[in-house]
Amino acid sequence: MTLLQILVGGALAVACGLFLHDRPRPYLLLVASVLAVFWFQPALPLREVDFWLPVATVMLSMTAWTLTATPESRRERENWVAAAIVLILILLLGLTRYLNVDPFLTASRPPQTVSIVGVLAAFALAFALLNRSPGRLNRGLWLVAAFLIAVFIILKAPALGTAASLLLRLWTGQSTTHAAASDLQWLGFSYIAFRMIHTLRDRQSGRLPDVNLAEYLTYIIFFPSLTAGPIDRIERFVQDLRHPMPLSQDGWLVAGKRLVAGLFKKFVLADTLALIALNATNALQVRTAGWAWLLLYAYAFEIYLDFSGYTDIAIGLGRMLGINLPENFNAPYLKPNLIQFWNSWHMTLTQWFRAYFFNPLTRALRSGRRPLPAVATIFVSQLSTMLLIGLWHGISGNFVIWGLWHGVGLFVNNRWSEWTRRPASAWAKSPPRRNLLSAIGVLVTFHYVTLGWVFFALPTPELSLAFLRKLVGMP
Amino acid sequence: MNPDSMSARNKGQGIHPLRLLAKALIVFVVLDLGFGLVNTSGLGRISAYNLLFPGRERFPFGQEAAESYNLSLYNLDAMFASHVLSAGGNPTGEFRVLLLGDSSVWGTLLQPQETLAGQLNAEGLVVCGKGARFYNLGYPTASLMKDLMILDQAMSYRPDLVVWLTTLDAFPRSAQLASPIVANNPARVRDLIARYHLSLDPHDPALVESTFWDRTIWGQRRDLADLARLQVYGLMWAATGVDQAYPGTFTPAQRDFPADASYHGSSGPTLEESQLAFDVLAAGQRVAGQVPLLLVNEPILISSGRNSTIRYNLSYPRWAYDQYRAMLGQFARQAGWPYLDLWNAISPSQFTNTEFHLTPAGETLLAEKVAQAIRSPSCP
Repeated sequence: MTLLQILVGGALAVACGLFLHDRPRPYLLLVASVLAVFWFQPALPLREVDFWLPVATVMLSMTAWTLTATPESRRERENWVAAAIVLILILLLGLTRYLNVDPFLTASRPPQTVSIVGVLAAFALAFALLNRSPGRLNRGLWLVAAFLIAVFIILKAPALGTAASLLLRLWTGQSTTHAAASDLQWLGFSYIAFRMIHTLRDRQSGRLPDVNLAEYLTYIIFFPSLTAGPIDRIERFVQDLRHPMPLSQDGWLVAGKRLVAGLFKKFVLADTLALIALNATNALQVRTAGWAWLLLYAYAFEIYLDFSGYTDIAIGLGRMLGINLPENFNAPYLKPNLIQFWNSWHMTLTQWFRAYFFNPLTRALRSGRRPLPAVATIFVSQLSTMLLIGLWHGISGNFVIWGLWHGVGLFVNNRWSEWTRRPASAWAKSPPRRNLLSAIGVLVTFHYVTLGWVFFALPTPELSLAFLRKLVGMP
Repeated sequence: MNPDSMSARNKGQGIHPLRLLAKALIVFVVLDLGFGLVNTSGLGRISAYNLLFPGRERFPFGQEAAESYNLSLYNLDAMFASHVLSAGGNPTGEFRVLLLGDSSVWGTLLQPQETLAGQLNAEGLVVCGKGARFYNLGYPTASLMKDLMILDQAMSYRPDLVVWLTTLDAFPRSAQLASPIVANNPARVRDLIARYHLSLDPHDPALVESTFWDRTIWGQRRDLADLARLQVYGLMWAATGVDQAYPGTFTPAQRDFPADASYHGSSGPTLEESQLAFDVLAAGQRVAGQVPLLLVNEPILISSGRNSTIRYNLSYPRWAYDQYRAMLGQFARQAGWPYLDLWNAISPSQFTNTEFHLTPAGETLLAEKVAQAIRSPSCP
């Protein structure tokens, strides 16, 4: 999100908080979020794709709702109204191509109206047919989940992304010379996919609450958390949406402070640190080990301040709109071990992986005909979870190494705690000793995490190793 | 009840958000207007360079800040404050030489140690019994007025010798105020015009006039941000020694030209002396005062390609450049300036992307020639 987009979002949140009461609020949030999906989408070199990707986001979300809703709720009138609002909104956005001004709500000039109408009509027909079907649509749940994962893999694997761009360029009659994975920057897709998979899985396990289309769509594309999370749970989100916390004088102050803190963290601190943070260019240029460490520390704090700044902005805006988004960070660099670090860093992501991967995998490994021993189960579960989190950032060798680095770290942390619990507690009886132990833990954990950032910040293992050599003063 | 809002309730009792916002706005407006009222011209002198980070070997200049850890700004104080020249007073035992000029002296495509100043420093010259230390005060725009402005400020650093490298493109009157660094320093320019009675219009529209609003924090937000970024990039300069983005490849200077003999809109055959700013050059000597000044006509690419009988290179038709050389030589003789005409001193193979920019080897050759000229000046 740019500063302008945040400020407009803030103004909208203030207006919504001050002047709108319960009834129109969900619809206003829905309209604002649909508009935001289009407005936040960056311009892409592929013709018209920066219009169709937001359309796909909305249509995918509507389809996911259809699959997760009960047959009775699918037929309720309010859902048809919500669907009509959204589709008309997309059509209106498409009609802005006839305004004699530069595109202001879409990344570039919208496509021909006839193609927009065609797509919307086809989708509306399919949507109506699906919603009129009498039974549950369980098979579709797997289909959509598989589709989301497939798109995710294409977007995160550079080779597949480039191939997809190539195909799209051929289809649109554009030159294929400059096809690149970056042509397919689908705004917020990761977070949208996480939320959708959460609802699809919870529907399968019977835990999903009944929500209407407007609520579901607003949950998936809620504009403050669209681009960088946090990943809320639908049952909690909808509760706030239905019964927004009235904003008292103090509530405004808390929300405002959070927003300002986020803006400061992101646009002052993180953006300044970005000028000196480790990257693929300066990794080779830096001359001494001391400076190399400084660049790495700058990166560690930049990534934290950037991400947690965005979270603060999302939480601040959310509160103004009556939605208490969950916390995503809790002083992660001050945690005395890696397990606690991962309980405080991008918390909603780790909770998601815990709920939908780690726990089911652990259960599967510990049950069945030949259950794995506890230690092996911990090892496999932690390693594979962290590997998956690594791959979520991008399908590349360095993200695999980064995931394994943390997977191994978590396992070692687990075993170390087990082995040293007794002697450590026997030794650290006095507060100074406990503090010393904790300080050492914080220092070691911070540096373990920071060294891991080398693989995260740099594009290849070779460059990462070259930089690690610099860190220890080797040529 | 949310714990945050509970604690805020306790702490923030009686604080009304709108009132708070209004007060913050008033404080900002007062500060903003106050900033516009006070003279903040000295702000550029506050610098992390030569304090936290080593000074830069050349002035800040650059378009691709993220790659070069460098940026262009118009604040001459900040430029000097970031330069290694500001590291301290002239130490005893140092023979301080300032090099003035354009991009060829600044060193486009060259690392700091490969520039003329870098190569001269590597030679370890001893002049008048002191170790010579050369400071690169080149700046990549062609204008004698720009050089004069820099020299005027640089004199406070007590040089022992000034070497002024120049070329025809720095002479046309139309070029004097066109350089952005000049245009954005109107007060300095007017002062120089008045002090040395220069034949330049002090109210030339090229000079960027700042209004009161331009001097407020809001009006100066870009300049203030640049100033802050320059300080932050000091860390990258210290960490990497990089102050320029070096492209992997570049387009070599043009060797073939169209059959066009024009120079600054004139096709000759006479180059009007009145159209060249020799008065600005002469003012340089007055600015330098007792400090000796060596004038150098810098090397240019002399092409043997298509239409090279008409033009030496893309910038200069032969008729204009030949007359300029003659005028410059005559000016130096009449003024009694030490003068080096090195126009053809470097072979065409040693030029890079323009007819002025040299390869490191070309700079070595140039450094040798300049070094020869300054080895034995008249010592005090």
